[in-house]
Amino acid sequence: MKIGVLALQGAVIEHIRLLESAGVEAAAVKKTEQLEELDGLVLPGGESTTMRKLMDKYGFIDALRQFASEKKPIFGTCAGAILLADRIQGQDDAHLKLMDMKVERNAFGRQKDSFEAALPVAGVAPDYVAVFIRAPYIMEVGANAEVLAKYDDKIVLAREGQFLACAFHPELTEDNRLHKYFIDMVKEYRA
Amino acid sequence: MAEVGTSRVKRGMAEMQKGGVIMDVINAEQAKIAEAAGAVAVMALERVPSDIRAAGGVARMADLRIVEEVLSAVSIPVMAKCRIGHIVEARVLESLGVDYLDESEVLTPADEVFHLNKKDYTVPFVCGARDLGEALRRIGEGASMIRTKGEPGTGNIVEAVRHMRTMNSQIRKVQAMSYDELMAEAKNLGAPYELMEYVHKNGKLPVVNFAAGGVATPADAALMMELGAEGVFVGSGIFKSDNPEKFARAIVEATTHYQDYELIARVSKDLGAAMTGLEISKISPQDRMQERGW
Repeated sequence: MKIGVLALQGAVIEHIRLLESAGVEAAAVKKTEQLEELDGLVLPGGESTTMRKLMDKYGFIDALRQFASEKKPIFGTCAGAILLADRIQGQDDAHLKLMDMKVERNAFGRQKDSFEAALPVAGVAPDYVAVFIRAPYIMEVGANAEVLAKYDDKIVLAREGQFLACAFHPELTEDNRLHKYFIDMVKEYRA
Repeated sequence: MAEVGTSRVKRGMAEMQKGGVIMDVINAEQAKIAEAAGAVAVMALERVPSDIRAAGGVARMADLRIVEEVLSAVSIPVMAKCRIGHIVEARVLESLGVDYLDESEVLTPADEVFHLNKKDYTVPFVCGARDLGEALRRIGEGASMIRTKGEPGTGNIVEAVRHMRTMNSQIRKVQAMSYDELMAEAKNLGAPYELMEYVHKNGKLPVVNFAAGGVATPADAALMMELGAEGVFVGSGIFKSDNPEKFARAIVEATTHYQDYELIARVSKDLGAAMTGLEISKISPQDRMQERGW
């Protein structure tokens, strides 16, 4: 099994390390041709506007929609969750529009409001600590989504079929339980 | 319980900027151009370094109206510069909600002995460094991100290259040392011992390291990435070029794909003239910004 991390910008190496620590092969993805050999993909934290510009330039929007249509799982963290969302608060259009949810960018505030906090993830990581940086949250999810964690009554981790989205940065911790959860999703869809 | 301003939150913010370009801007209009070109953050300033150099006199924190204007113009993070050791400029910029502060040698230092105690602030700091000792001293004071200094406002990459090569060669040396040599090397570099232990064990700084000071072309940006920078700051290089939009976009692409030479060739065509460069030997030692701070 091989899982890619979109490497146009952001916290790429951190995701690769956590995926490898969970026992799978991981690769930084800079070109659309690399998607073919992957079983799943992580969209990392970073700046979503920067990633979007580069995705447009190199044809990643169509390539990732194709990737998703092959029932391959995608895990978006922070900026990655914004890329996955079908709707973005205050914007007329969204990016990949793969996951039925509405997100609000920087919804927890600017950097001065960035925080870390205990965040129980039911059935996956009851004693999880999450790092939120200029973080978005998920305002609403579709009927087929499962809400996996909330902070301050806001949805911060949700799954819809092959898609997993979180508002925080698992890649900034040493804790690979969410990556293991995603790897299990990839196994499920490969079977 | 939520905890703000932790070292993980402050360093993590810099991790999210990796592989990106942070651009100097002097108003909302430039900030929007930078954002549209794919900058990961903007640095709000009153003047870009080459104009500071030309103007002479004392360079201070930017007019706060400019900072506010930029803060409301873009959704990407906004950074601002305070003078080295200027506690109040730093606090004032923090109170405006700036996302990152640069305790910067581009401005005239307010204190020639003491840098800020950056651990005291909720806002994270980036600081310049020419070598490993300087980087670890700043990190010891609480810097959450380092940038090699280069020589700002020159459009000449030679100093940025010197500093990045020096830093990385010193890191490799410390990594290869035996444990019992670390204290003597800590003394030699003037670096906190605990951070030397970190470098020895991990072969890298404990925070993100960008390049700055002299990047003028897409190839310059890619060169700094090749030499081990995790991203680049571009000061005068964009808005002092013939075509800022094109330069900005091309530098962003070259930073992402720094080893794709065909791509760099493609984005480097028809850009117009880069900023006018300055030969380092023509700048008298007391006018070299890199000499500020220690």
